[in-house]
Amino acid sequence: MKADKTLDCFGLLCPMPIVKTAMEFKKMRIGETLEILATDQGIKSDMPAWCEATGNKFLGLEEAEGEYKVYVKKIKEVP
Amino acid sequence: MAEKEKATIVVFSGDLDKVYAAFIIATTAAAMGKDVSMFFTFWGLNVLRKKKFSFGAPRFLQKMFGFMNRGGAERLPLSKFHMFGLGTFFMKFLMKRYNMQKISEMIKLAKQLKIKMIACTTSIGVMGMAKEDFIPEVDEIAGASTYLGLAFEGNVNLFI
Repeated sequence: MKADKTLDCFGLLCPMPIVKTAMEFKKMRIGETLEILATDQGIKSDMPAWCEATGNKFLGLEEAEGEYKVYVKKIKEVP
Repeated sequence: MAEKEKATIVVFSGDLDKVYAAFIIATTAAAMGKDVSMFFTFWGLNVLRKKKFSFGAPRFLQKMFGFMNRGGAERLPLSKFHMFGLGTFFMKFLMKRYNMQKISEMIKLAKQLKIKMIACTTSIGVMGMAKEDFIPEVDEIAGASTYLGLAFEGNVNLFI
């Protein structure tokens, strides 16, 4: 999947991948896509939950050997 | 912009593990767009205290208490298996190994996410502490009605 930006969260546990995503989103424009690289399996349910709560779009997740690539599209500003 | 939904956490405990839980939930809630307030009271005040001794308390008993109940975010004990510091030392070692933030870093992160940190005025009064005993990240020193005012508007209110 193509993304405008990549955020490296390898080796980080909860809550850092979500907190860093939220911070990165503040710097992005609406319509842009962020790719998040993570090793914490919590991201599988945490990122969809974050998207649901903030009104952003969860585009999908790729998993390979304990590494996750998550794609999120910015729909609106997180308050 | 619509007004943000509120979340509040009372941090009563000064145990390392419980304080971690409080900061993890607080920072995540802020990342999810909530307006988060943390109200530190009793043992929880140790999180916000400066590391150095404070002998400014007006009464002898308070001075003694301040001597034994030492503050500082890096000095919090585990609620279990503290073992005179050994258990806590190993836990911190593990946390570092897994790239977890220190509590002092969590405070900075909370600040960055605009989480409001309030210190309880009653506990401060009883223990004979002063504003100078606290780190500058403390936003406000206030009482129960300040907390409740925020909690009434919140839909997540926790006591840790």
